Amino acid sequence: MHSPLDRRAFLAGAALLTVLPLASARATPEAMAAAIKEVVGAATVREGKVKLDLPPLVENGNTVPLTVSVESPMTPADHVKAIHVFNEKNPQPHVFSARLGPQNGKAVITTRIKLADSQKIIALAETSTGQFFSASADVIVTLAACIEDAT
Amino acid sequence: MKIAQVALGLASVFAATFALAQGAADKRRSGYQDMGEALQKMQDDDTANPGMLFVQLGEQLWSKPAGAANKACADCHASGSMKSVAARYPAIPKDADKPVDLEGRINLCRTANQQAEPLAPESRELLSLEAYVAFQSRGQPIAPPSDPRLGPFREQGGEVYRRRQGQLNLSCATCHDDNAGKKLAGVTIPEAHPTGYPIYRLEWQALGSLRRRLRNCLVGIRAEAYPYDASEYVALEIYLMDRAKGMPLDAPGVRP
Amino acid sequence: MTNVLINAPKTARPGEIVEIKALILHPMETGFRPGTNGKIIPRNIIEHFVATWNGAEIFRMEMSPAIAANPFVSFFAVATESGTIGLRWTGDEGFLVEEQVAIAVG
Repeated sequence: MHSPLDRRAFLAGAALLTVLPLASARATPEAMAAAIKEVVGAATVREGKVKLDLPPLVENGNTVPLTVSVESPMTPADHVKAIHVFNEKNPQPHVFSARLGPQNGKAVITTRIKLADSQKIIALAETSTGQFFSASADVIVTLAACIEDAT
Repeated sequence: MKIAQVALGLASVFAATFALAQGAADKRRSGYQDMGEALQKMQDDDTANPGMLFVQLGEQLWSKPAGAANKACADCHASGSMKSVAARYPAIPKDADKPVDLEGRINLCRTANQQAEPLAPESRELLSLEAYVAFQSRGQPIAPPSDPRLGPFREQGGEVYRRRQGQLNLSCATCHDDNAGKKLAGVTIPEAHPTGYPIYRLEWQALGSLRRRLRNCLVGIRAEAYPYDASEYVALEIYLMDRAKGMPLDAPGVRP
Repeated sequence: MTNVLINAPKTARPGEIVEIKALILHPMETGFRPGTNGKIIPRNIIEHFVATWNGAEIFRMEMSPAIAANPFVSFFAVATESGTIGLRWTGDEGFLVEEQVAIAVG
């Protein structure tokens, strides 16, 4: 069962996802840092435990495979409870937020993302003991996410 | 609710059969070979290749009766009977004198046998049926039919391939014969062998046909794309498939 | 017409960690892209993806416009008991797709 406090904290990280974006808005490293702060609050974020797999060179930014894996025993006492991924150059700083628990066995998620430009991606893991770990990856995008219409 | 488990009879998750089928002496490179590892993995994994969504849809449409005749494709064509069909298209149908590509053939069946409306170009239904048929030739070497009537159309295709067009005055051959393997705006220029069609092109975020890709090329060289039903497209495809003969099909391909 | 490709094992041993993969057809229109008339195409994305095992939530992902079209997700779950793995996608324009796959654990 999720306590109201738990749910609120998780949704705080996901809240910005539902805000209607302005067409001219653009994420910046500052916006990404602000989005991370929304989730982390005053806690320190440590390096380690999180592995972010992204191809270093991407032919097309429309569909970039991404895997986040976090080292964790995934027991009721010590598990990853959320994974958040952020970007610094897309129009908005969020990529996704996922909620996990001991029932997952492994804190590994794979998905495919859009990248508007060559940029840094940050994956943040939140553990049940209240700690935050992160990893970052720099990706070079040769062709930015842009769709060619059927002509 | 329909159970949507993968039930396409796929034996293995990573089906890289096409990589093995090309002989070592063949120096030709397919678009697959020019892609980065991450995209090759995306294509190889049938549980993650977005083109497989369309193959699954095509499989469902195959058994759906359509038209005034209320017939499904499956009523005449048993499942698995489409093996190696895609490898020998375009072809000239019986009692006809002009070649059709796979989409044209599907629509011929729709109108003549099912008495249904033809499916619109680049429509989800047409692409899904095409994907389903092409998928059944995966791993098969491209084998254009030896019909002598195809000769003049193949020549027309070759002429279009070598014709300089558009504001940039480029021909297909300028890039794909003379400069294949070199870089254009950071991307490797492929040799343009249509082994993976219909492809899930990341640029489109959708599945599309060779015709769509050819139109993109024409727009890319700042030429006016021929009308959708122009004979040039099928002629070009006949030429390109002949140029690629023997190379294994890898539909549905993923391409950047 | 929605279309989903789900890959999960049909059987598992109790306690085995299994991988569940799901691919769904959806344009994931970001809301930042101008159309051919110059006007911004309205946002149309999947926002929530929830997985359950016999009704209990095992995984949840909130997606943003940065998730690629035709979203693919892979995650893991510990096989506990036989039953049904449920997957649910909801999003803009009332988008709602629910699918189920059976799994035998023993």
